[in-house]
Amino acid sequence: MKNSRNSINRIRSNINMNLYRRRRLANLVILAGSMLTTIFGLFWLCWLLITLFGHGFQHLALSVFTQPTPPPGESGGLANAIVGSILITGAGIAVGAPVGVLAGTFLSEFAMDSPVATSVRFINDVLLSAPSIILGVFIYSVVVVPMGHFSGWAGALALALIALPIIVRTTEDMLKLVPNTMREAACALGAPRWKVTVAIVYRAARSGILTGILLAIARITGETAPLLFTALNNQFWSRGLNEPVANLPVVIFQFAMSPYEDWQNLAWAGALLITVSVLVLNILVRTLLRGGARG
Amino acid sequence: MDTAASSNPKDQSRPAAAKGRGQILDALLSGLSRLCALAVLFIIAAILISLFMGAWPAFKKFGPAFLVSAEWNPVTEEFGALVSIYGTLVTTLIAMITGVPVSFGIAIFITELCPLWLKRPVGTAIELLAAIPSIIYGMWGLFVFAPFFADHMEPWIADNLGRLPGMGFLFDGPPLGIGVLTAGIILGIMVIPFMAAVFRDLFEVVPPVLKESAYGIGATTWEVLKKIVLPYTKAGVVGGIMLGMGRALGETMAVTFVIGNADRLEFSLLMPGNTISSSLANQFTEAVGEMYTSSLIALGLILFVITFLVLSAAKFLLIRLTAMEGSRT
Repeated sequence: MKNSRNSINRIRSNINMNLYRRRRLANLVILAGSMLTTIFGLFWLCWLLITLFGHGFQHLALSVFTQPTPPPGESGGLANAIVGSILITGAGIAVGAPVGVLAGTFLSEFAMDSPVATSVRFINDVLLSAPSIILGVFIYSVVVVPMGHFSGWAGALALALIALPIIVRTTEDMLKLVPNTMREAACALGAPRWKVTVAIVYRAARSGILTGILLAIARITGETAPLLFTALNNQFWSRGLNEPVANLPVVIFQFAMSPYEDWQNLAWAGALLITVSVLVLNILVRTLLRGGARG
Repeated sequence: MDTAASSNPKDQSRPAAAKGRGQILDALLSGLSRLCALAVLFIIAAILISLFMGAWPAFKKFGPAFLVSAEWNPVTEEFGALVSIYGTLVTTLIAMITGVPVSFGIAIFITELCPLWLKRPVGTAIELLAAIPSIIYGMWGLFVFAPFFADHMEPWIADNLGRLPGMGFLFDGPPLGIGVLTAGIILGIMVIPFMAAVFRDLFEVVPPVLKESAYGIGATTWEVLKKIVLPYTKAGVVGGIMLGMGRALGETMAVTFVIGNADRLEFSLLMPGNTISSSLANQFTEAVGEMYTSSLIALGLILFVITFLVLSAAKFLLIRLTAMEGSRT
């Protein structure tokens, strides 16, 4: 009698020990797996950054910033592409930012949960992840074909379409962070709605709105696909945005795919420039947001 | 406007004038912002209509057969979308197979395993990597990854996996370095930081009290993940995967560099192919003739519809899952 109870106890503790070991083992396997996948993932990304910085710095010379893109076999730089990129990006943001901020204002301040706002939000999310090359095809058929030629303006419009949903989304999110009591206090003092929005809400969310615009700039700086058949490319200096304009992403694409080594080297230098400016913009956003949170 | 109001002899009319001006500005701001919001709807409608109009000649000539024909011949002007659709789906599938487990592991590492001092640097690094433009990934793929892949991995793949019965034909072919498999892997590497950042944000939303009580009754880290974190974030995880998939489907530059731009239907993953976006990037400016351009625009329309469906499905799934979650608690 006593013996059998003892053995039952022994079995029970054995079972529990087994279970315990099995749980420990499963835990160990999963955690080791997660560590390995992290190392695996970071390995590729580190490799990418190391080659990019290695090749990029090697070919980054002063002439890159002062000379225009060369024909194959001659020395040159990327000056016209850099200027073209800045112009197209600037024009794109100048179109996209006001529309985006106002649309975000509508969603957060005027529409709330009306059916219109719900559908705008939904479509905006779709547009946010829509393939950028499709936007290029769209601008090609509504701007380039009627105008009869490729132009910097068409490129700027395509970039504006990419910037727009990003700005709409961040503006709405940031305006929603402004406490309602501030709006109510301003209304109680007799301020009209536009004054509440412009003088109180915009002011409180200033750094947030700026964040959205900076994020949009960072995103469109490296966009290549929509520029392929809108801004096209130009081997020389352009006289304005009304003709094909050289821009960094398309130049990188053409030069990297070419068989000439000089061109490929310039492509590395351009790739480094783009990556560094995107990273700097993102770090700027981070410090802005942290400063805003502290203030 | 101001001077007009103050020069008014009747003092009582000033507040009335200010009120009137306020009403006008109110209407102006709300009207203007509504217009801008409606512009978003207008843009998507305009995209659909213009793509459809551009694609109409191709659809009219080839009919539904356009979707299943593997012929893509600019000389005889015979076009079909099968090669590009196949390439798009297969590269996305490969990207998901490589990307999802790795980004999941990274998110688990950051939220559960990583020592506190390492948490911020690793998290920031992942977010910064997610911001790197896709053309950089494509260029690295062409110059660094493709030669490495051709020299060290593809011969092994062709020798070992190529002999597997039933699926050997997938891994049959010369080690070119450039092809569907390479493009898929580059895409996977590209979406890793993006999805890892999404997953990490999700895992951090789980209330600490829930996790702590599970740890309190003796659960292991894996059990906390399986029984607490995953059920709590299920909806978001599906959404995150769908978002990554949407990106992979429409990605152009990371793929165009390494896929090889070949218009023949090959089932082997080691052979060059084409995706919808890489066909557009490579051929659109060179397309001569109405039918060629129209067929390319038709490809674009198909891609747009596919990504639209994936993203909408993600949204509806999220709504349903969250509703279910709500009813259970």
